Amino acid sequence: MNVLTDNFSTFGDGFLGTVELTVYASVLALVLGFLMASFRVAPVGSLRVFGTVWVTVLRNTPLTLLFFAVLLGLPRFGLVLPFKVFAVLALGCYTSAFICEALRSGINTVPRGQGEAARSLGMSFGQSLGLVVLPQAFRSVIPPVGSTLIALAKNSAIAGAFSVTELLGTYRTLSELGYNIVWTFVWIALGYLIITLAISALFNALERKWGVAR
Amino acid sequence: MAVDPLIELRDVNKYYGELHVLQDINLTVGKGEVVVVIGPSGSGKSTLCRAINRLETIESGTIELDGRPLPEEGKALAKLRAEVGMVFQSFNLFAHKTVLQNVSLAQIKVRKRKRDDADKRSMELLDRVGLASQAPKFPAQLSGGQQQRVAIARALAMEPKALLFDEPTSALDPEMINEVLEVMRQLAHDGMTMVVVTHEMGFARSAANRVVFMADGRVIEDRTPEEFFTNPRSDRAKDFLSKILKH
Repeated sequence: MNVLTDNFSTFGDGFLGTVELTVYASVLALVLGFLMASFRVAPVGSLRVFGTVWVTVLRNTPLTLLFFAVLLGLPRFGLVLPFKVFAVLALGCYTSAFICEALRSGINTVPRGQGEAARSLGMSFGQSLGLVVLPQAFRSVIPPVGSTLIALAKNSAIAGAFSVTELLGTYRTLSELGYNIVWTFVWIALGYLIITLAISALFNALERKWGVAR
Repeated sequence: MAVDPLIELRDVNKYYGELHVLQDINLTVGKGEVVVVIGPSGSGKSTLCRAINRLETIESGTIELDGRPLPEEGKALAKLRAEVGMVFQSFNLFAHKTVLQNVSLAQIKVRKRKRDDADKRSMELLDRVGLASQAPKFPAQLSGGQQQRVAIARALAMEPKALLFDEPTSALDPEMINEVLEVMRQLAHDGMTMVVVTHEMGFARSAANRVVFMADGRVIEDRTPEEFFTNPRSDRAKDFLSKILKH
């Protein structure tokens, strides 16, 4: 029981590390996912191809492999960044593929006529997507995007294997100090629960505010 | 024709796969003219209407607006669409915007008007279609007839040179059809150039300058309503009229 009280700062650092990874990677995933979803429905063929390749490659690569590729691969091309930044990049890009597909399914729920009406009024592709289609798609993608970000929070544990400070990685320090491994994991699990339940609460609130009224 | 042509289609062809939906269509609509397009379902009349502002692409032929051919894509096409209003069968009001925002949105984003000016003009137009009191409501709170009148106001807000109507009353309850037709009649009276795809023969008779009868992707007849309804030339038109005018 005193694992937590004795090592509160270790747990705290790990918890904050995971929160940081989750927040930064979420922002990156949302931005990239939004961009890729726009590409995939764009009238320009090359953009559609780019979006499709992006999703296919990242969605079908095991995340651990992607971490290896980013953390060991990019430095070979002269790109040397802190491991934490690499971890955010890997997590963010990986999750963006799932966000993209969630957004795209949302776009498909918006009746075709909405985009046609926007275009018939002289709006550009960007305007009709940004002002008419996506705001309506957004309402129906709140739940799947929430699930995807919860998965991201849990996937961030892989970064611990690459010596980035995060919650799961704290168990190594503590087990070396001889603490009971079971209790260590209980507290770690509770830490993840706090983060994922916070994401759930956020998305429930978003859904109440913006969700499709029926 | 004495009047200036505003919309000109020459030898327009379109296919859906094997299906030849528009076959060598030639049609000229003059400034201020009201052309009603009628015909059995599947005759290509909606496709024709949608091709005029390039919601449907065509395989061959030319479509000109005010003497300029339709641009393929991009900014030029968007600019042209702003000049040609479109009213849809299913209204297509923006579901997440209020009535007022629906009418103002494109004025602000496309015409770059200030919000206050746009809203002022929107209220005038809503007043004109008899719906100023509904401005703060969302489309789903209105009846079909009211939604369609808002859609007309939204198209008018862009000050278009012409308006296209794609079966504007086909999704409406019978009692709501007249309120929409009345607004359209008023527009025709005010000299708006209109292409109207419809099944409302009463409207065709009273408001149209010309009736275009289409069947199987071709224009079969193109005449004044009086001539067309009292003395159709083709068997296809006689058959069509006998079916719809019997009741």
